Amino acid sequence: MLFKLSVSNIRRSLRDYAIYFFTLIIGVSVFYVFNAIGEQTAFLKISENTSSMIELLDTMLSGVSVFVSFILGLLIVYASRFLMKRRNKEFALYLILGMGKSKISAILLIETIIIGCGSLLVGLAVGVGLSQLMSSLVANLFEADMTEYKFLISGKAIAKTAVYFGIMYLVVMVFNSIMIGKLKLISLMQSGKKSEKLKLKNPALCIVIFLASVSALGYAYYKVGWDTTHLSQELMAKMIATGAIATFLIFWSVSGMLLRVVMSMKKTYFSGLNSFTFRQISSKVNTTVASMTVICLMLFVTICTLSSAFSIRNSMNANIASQCPADFELYYTEHENDGLKYTDITEKYKTYGYDITEDFSEYVHFHSYLDDNFVFRDSLGEYVDVISEQYPFLDMTSQEIIVKLSDYNKLMQLYDRDTFSLGEDEFIIVCDFASIKKIRDDSIEVGTELNIMGKTLRSKYADCQDGFIDISSQHINSGIFIVPDSAVDEAFAGADYFIGNYPDGTRDDKSATEKTVVDKYDNMLRAWRETIPKNKYSIGLNTKITIAEATIGLGAIVTFLGLYIGLIFLISCSVIIALKQLSDTVDSMQKYEILRKIGAEEKDISKSLFRQTGIFFLLPLVLACVHSVFGMKFSKIVLEALGTEKMTESIIFSSAIILLIYGGYFLITYLCSKSIIREHK
Amino acid sequence: MELLRIQQIEKYYGNKSSLTKAIDGISFSVEKGEFVAIMGASGSGKTTLLNCISTIDKVTAGHIFLENTDITTLRGKELNKFRREKLGFIFQDFNLLDTLTAYENIALALSIQKVSADETDKAIKNVARQLDITGVLNKYPYQMSGGQKQRIASARAIVTNPKLVLADEPTGALDSKSAKMLLERFCYLNREHDATIMMVTHDSFTASYASRVIFIKDGRIFNEICRGSDSRKQFFDKIIDVVTLLGGDVNDAL
Repeated sequence: MLFKLSVSNIRRSLRDYAIYFFTLIIGVSVFYVFNAIGEQTAFLKISENTSSMIELLDTMLSGVSVFVSFILGLLIVYASRFLMKRRNKEFALYLILGMGKSKISAILLIETIIIGCGSLLVGLAVGVGLSQLMSSLVANLFEADMTEYKFLISGKAIAKTAVYFGIMYLVVMVFNSIMIGKLKLISLMQSGKKSEKLKLKNPALCIVIFLASVSALGYAYYKVGWDTTHLSQELMAKMIATGAIATFLIFWSVSGMLLRVVMSMKKTYFSGLNSFTFRQISSKVNTTVASMTVICLMLFVTICTLSSAFSIRNSMNANIASQCPADFELYYTEHENDGLKYTDITEKYKTYGYDITEDFSEYVHFHSYLDDNFVFRDSLGEYVDVISEQYPFLDMTSQEIIVKLSDYNKLMQLYDRDTFSLGEDEFIIVCDFASIKKIRDDSIEVGTELNIMGKTLRSKYADCQDGFIDISSQHINSGIFIVPDSAVDEAFAGADYFIGNYPDGTRDDKSATEKTVVDKYDNMLRAWRETIPKNKYSIGLNTKITIAEATIGLGAIVTFLGLYIGLIFLISCSVIIALKQLSDTVDSMQKYEILRKIGAEEKDISKSLFRQTGIFFLLPLVLACVHSVFGMKFSKIVLEALGTEKMTESIIFSSAIILLIYGGYFLITYLCSKSIIREHK
Repeated sequence: MELLRIQQIEKYYGNKSSLTKAIDGISFSVEKGEFVAIMGASGSGKTTLLNCISTIDKVTAGHIFLENTDITTLRGKELNKFRREKLGFIFQDFNLLDTLTAYENIALALSIQKVSADETDKAIKNVARQLDITGVLNKYPYQMSGGQKQRIASARAIVTNPKLVLADEPTGALDSKSAKMLLERFCYLNREHDATIMMVTHDSFTASYASRVIFIKDGRIFNEICRGSDSRKQFFDKIIDVVTLLGGDVNDAL
């Protein structure tokens, strides 16, 4: 009997449940897809490096899943409470007929179980389908071979999804039972009769609050977007709080002003159904300021997460081409009695019977110079006090790297980059790490004199030139001094560098070469380690292939995390807004009936509904976009080292995703609302 | 001049096995400037009749002519246009939009017809004076009494200068004082502005304000009386006589 009641309840309120169900399905499938990535990619032909990256990705995704399940849990509880409220009358009827509260709880329990199982099954089915697509995306991101692809179902992910969602549904059941326990018959009976009191807010107050919150927001924007040098974590938190409160107040005041403004435009206001439309919007926004704020902030996070994630990935891949122009780099420094002892790495190889040069088609072998009396502080000249005050945490005592002009130019020829020329008493700084470059740029101008290795040299340019020595995936060269060959003293010889290219060939050829080179390096190092204490030397090996794999892996991880969090946030706010709009439409059914009775065209009514839904969806999005413009400015600064190229592309791509999901929810909501008001014709 | 002519209309509900004849061959006509009341017990078919005339419902058979247009043949957009331009409605439960002020509620009827804001303002001021609601124009429905609400609804119905005003139990939700005031306003509109009003009611007192009363029983016209030169009291007594004759639960309303 109870079961029958539950089933018929679901069938009856299918329209209300449609969005709920739809959301659960999306939630389940997204959860499955991201948790199945690990197993899904097992078939891919990938290198060891990449597979450890995927493992890392898998671990991170399961960590994030806990957070995601928390968000989804909140959303499900919200949605189910929302649906419960709609059924107050029904519960009242049950109570009046003498049904106990435990019976009502049982009905709800059965309903939750039916919906839970249904959504889990459908969601998993959708998820399994989607994860096949995901495999190809993974393969694409990791540039892996997909020839051995086969259809795959991840049992582990299914179990995990079932357990997580099972817990969520359990929480919902508990919440429902608590709510039922608290029900009072009298308030249930009267719940439908709320008289809608719509008071206009004081316009002067609205304008004052609006202006105040806009300026507070502007201040916060300035603090995080421009005045970043003084930005501590504490201040950041304060600015975020300011932004959130200002967002709330803006919605509060706009809801009051919007109507006033439109009302003052008599011609517009009293044309067609406009007066009705704007009153509806105004009352809707008025009663949902808090959820609008939450939605706006969530959209903001989504936009920033997605754009930043894509941008990081894009620029990482682009960086490899520009920042990693050679196949192989080896550098070596050795210490002796607290001082540096220059060692030729090629000679070291020879000592153990190896020839490092034989595997390379071309190479440059040189060393840098280090001067104990020429550290970062010294390079700043008169500017040092200003800088140390502005950046108190900056390490001022690191030795500057000095390179001979002829060595640098040889390397640049290998890199296929521009070479420099210098006068006898000139130097150039090459630097591409933006924040350090700024400090250095400030400290030098043409003719700034510095004492390097006992010689006085002048700066050739007023700012740092673009360039680097180490191959890497990022712009992280914090400064190298290029000096004329005549200015160096071999007594200051520092680290030894060996940079070269493998012979031309296919990817496999290069991998083979790399293997012999790396094996040789390992053998040499093993023999060598026995002769020298570990803390007396530092040796480093970079190859284009490992850098590329790490970069691609990191890029993919960022992309997946961004997509995961972004999608869940996006779905959550779409659902909140859609549920609100739908329930409002149900409450307003009577109003549309009146409009029809006084002869409004069906076309005009649809138009009014479209505008209401549209503005309701658009309002938080617009403010979120404004937030994002400044938020992205901040994240651009943060992500500087990683590179922020192709930002526009990333923004366009994330906009497309947002448009698809948010817009999709908008469309569904509009069509559902339309069918709701049409039904009672 | 004849405004409305109803020709042998029938309205059936249900299917072959259980057929309900809500209206079973009703014919009558209404002259321009008449104030007609339709009386009958609940279930007699009076609201169905009104719904058919107002095109909210469709007749099963027969024709309804308003100014020689057969409104039973109208479809879709024509229907909306007809309803918008030719008819004014007053409902028992007022049907005011609670998010709009009284002024805006009335203005909506005009703005749907794309009347300019200036003209709308003039028309509303005018109708508000006639119905004595100037003082409450800026209030919301929840701030008004039932009588005021119904006068706002009436203002909305007549502000578009409809050919025919249809009222469904307009006094049903009002106390007797408010009802009296509203009906007096109806008489005023009918008398001074030549408005044609057709009102459905089960209340003899309400009906006594009309110039003609049509009684319906079981979907057919049972009787019809005109006020002529009678006073309202005399007319009321006559109505009571018919109601007694009619039997059923109409007299319960007294």
